Amino acid sequence: MTEKQTDTAQYTLVVRNMNVYYGAFRAINNVSLNIERNKITALIGPSGCGKSTVLRSLNRMNDLVNGARVEGEVLFHEQNLYANDVDAVEVRRRIGMVFQKPNPFPKSIYDNIAFGPRINGWKGTKSEMDDLVERCLRQAALWDDVKDKLKESGLALSGGQQQRLCIARALAVEPEVILMDEPCSALDPISTLKIEELMMELRQRYTIAIVTHNMQQAARASDYTAFFLMNDQRAGELVEYGPTGDLFTNPKDKRTEDYITGRFG
Amino acid sequence: MDDKVSIGMDSRRITTSQRETTRPFSLKKQSRLGENIIQGFLLFCGVLSMFTTIGIVIVLGSESIAFFRQVSIVEFLTNTVWSPQIDEFGILPLLLSTLLTSTIAMFIALPTGLAAAIYLSEYASRRARSILKPVLEVLAGVPTVVYGYFALKFMTPLLKSVFGEANVNIYNMASAGLVMGIMIIPLVSSMSEDALSAVPRALREGAYGLGATRLETAIKVVLPAGISGIIAAFVVAISRAVGETMIVAVAAGAKPTFTFNPFEAAETMTGHIARISGGDLSYASIDYNSIFAIGLTLFLMTLGLNMISRRLVRRFREVYE
Ligand SMILES: Nc1ncnc2c1ncn2[C@@H]1O[C@H](COP(=O)(O)OP(=O)(O)OP(=O)(O)O)[C@@H](O)[C@H]1O
Ligand SMILES: [Mg+2]
Repeated sequence: MTEKQTDTAQYTLVVRNMNVYYGAFRAINNVSLNIERNKITALIGPSGCGKSTVLRSLNRMNDLVNGARVEGEVLFHEQNLYANDVDAVEVRRRIGMVFQKPNPFPKSIYDNIAFGPRINGWKGTKSEMDDLVERCLRQAALWDDVKDKLKESGLALSGGQQQRLCIARALAVEPEVILMDEPCSALDPISTLKIEELMMELRQRYTIAIVTHNMQQAARASDYTAFFLMNDQRAGELVEYGPTGDLFTNPKDKRTEDYITGRFG
Repeated sequence: MDDKVSIGMDSRRITTSQRETTRPFSLKKQSRLGENIIQGFLLFCGVLSMFTTIGIVIVLGSESIAFFRQVSIVEFLTNTVWSPQIDEFGILPLLLSTLLTSTIAMFIALPTGLAAAIYLSEYASRRARSILKPVLEVLAGVPTVVYGYFALKFMTPLLKSVFGEANVNIYNMASAGLVMGIMIIPLVSSMSEDALSAVPRALREGAYGLGATRLETAIKVVLPAGISGIIAAFVVAISRAVGETMIVAVAAGAKPTFTFNPFEAAETMTGHIARISGGDLSYASIDYNSIFAIGLTLFLMTLGLNMISRRLVRRFREVYE
C-alpha cells in the first residue's frame, strides 16, 4: 500500500505486469513501466513491436477493438484502470489521445474544439466557450493560423494544422495525460518541430506519452524513453527504460544500442 | 544454388541479344480487341437504361398529350374529384391519398430504419449482426402482395381494435401506410448502414479519445459525417413509397376519395392505375389516356425527389468531406 502511494505521487501512470492479447495472440508480454508526471515519455521500437498497443492500453482505447484483452494493472491515481467498476469513458476523458493520422471531425474548427467540453456537460456561456476555444488554439500554436476562419471546416486545414487542431481538441477537455501515437509521422519537418516545441510547453501542465519512429525526435523531445522489441513469439517486451539521455548515450542493453545506432529494425 | 545463378545469367543474355536484333520496345498504338469488346458491352449496358428511360418518357408523354387535349392541366391539378364516368379528372384525391399513405409509411420507415442502421453499425456485436441482418433481408424479400394482405388481415383489425370498430374503414390509408413503412425499413436500414459504415474509424476513435460515449459518438460524429448517404437513403425510401402499388391496391381502398382522414378508404395514384389498367379499357379512350397522365405525374414526382436529393447530397458533402 505504501509502495503504491509513493509510486503514484511521482508517477501519473504505473503499469504493472501488463499482457495484452488480440484474440489468442499475445501482443504484449509482461510490461511494467512508470510514467512520470509532467514529463514526456517516448515509446520507441521497430514496427509491430506493440508500441501502439501499449499506448492504447493506457486509456482503454483497446476496449474498442474486438477480441482485445488486457491483463495486469494500469494504476492512475491509485485506481486500476482495468478494475471492474471503472468506466472507460471517464478514463478517456482524463487520459486523452492524439492519433497518427490527423482526424479532425468534419465540423468547423470551432466545433472541433467545443466538441469535448460539450459532451462532457459544458455549462458555461457562449463567450466562455469562445475563450476556451481561443485558449486551446493558442496553446496548440494554431490560433494565428485560424483566428479568422473558426467557422470553416477543420478538414480545410493543412495536415500539420489539422494535427495541431487535434491536439487543441484534446486540450479542451483538460485531460491530465495526453497520449500521442506517432503524431508527426504524416507531417513535414517544420510542422514536426512545431509540435515538438508544443509538447515541451505542454509538459508543464500535462503528462505526455508519445510513440515515435523518429530517433532524433525521441532524443530531442522526450525526458524518458522506453525501448520495445518483439520476443520469439512475436510478443512485444520492454527491453530498456530510462532517462532519454542515458538511453541514447549509454544504453545498457546491446539490443538497444543496435537499434538506436540503426543496426536493425 | 549454382543452377539458379546460371539460369539468371542465361535469361539476361537472351534479353540482351534480343535487344541487339529488335528495337527495345514499341510505342505504336496497339489494338486490344478484348478490351474494346468489353468496353462496348459496358457502354451498351449504360445506354440501355438510358434508352429505357427515354422510351418511358416518350410513351408517357404522347399518351398524356392526348389526354391533356381534352382535359386542361389546370382542371387536372385543381379538381378534387376523379370520376372518369362523369368526366371529372382531378388528380388531387389520388395525389392526396398517395401523399398520406407515403407520409405514414415514412413516419415508420425513416426513424426505425435509421435506428436499426445505427444499432447495426455502432452497437451490434458480430453475433447480433449475424442474426439481425438476415432477418431484415427476409423482410425485404417478402412479395408486396403478401404485405398487402398482411395490412388487410392484421393491421386493419389491429387499428379497429385500437381506434374503434366504427372509426376505421375496412379499407383505409393508415393500415396500408403503416405496413408500407414496415416494408421499407430494410431499404432504409441497409442503405443508411452503408453510409455509416463508410465513416472512417479514425473519426470514431477521435470522439472516444475525448471521452465520448457510444451514443454521443454515433449521434454527434458518425451520423453527421454520413448524412449525405442517409439523405440519399431517405429519398430512395420516399420514391419507393410513392411508387408502391400492391399494398395500397389491396388495403387502401378502390375508390378515389378526397379525404384527409387516414382511416377512410381512398385510392392512390398507383392503386388506381393498377385497377383501371386491369379492367377492360378500350385503347384511345380518355380513360385509357388518363392513366398515362397519372403515370407522368408519378414520374415527375420521383424525378423531382431525385433532383432534390442530388442537390442536398452535394450541399452536405461540401460541408462534411
Ligand atoms: N486490432 C488488432 N487485431 C489483431 N492484432 C493486432 C491489432 N492491432 C495490432 N495487432 C498486432 O499486435 C502487434 C503490435 O501491434 P502495434 O500496432 O501495437 O505495433 P506498433 O509497435 O505500434 O507498430 P507500428 O510502429 O507499425 O505502428 C502486431 O503484431 C499487430 O499485428
Ligand atoms: Mg503503431
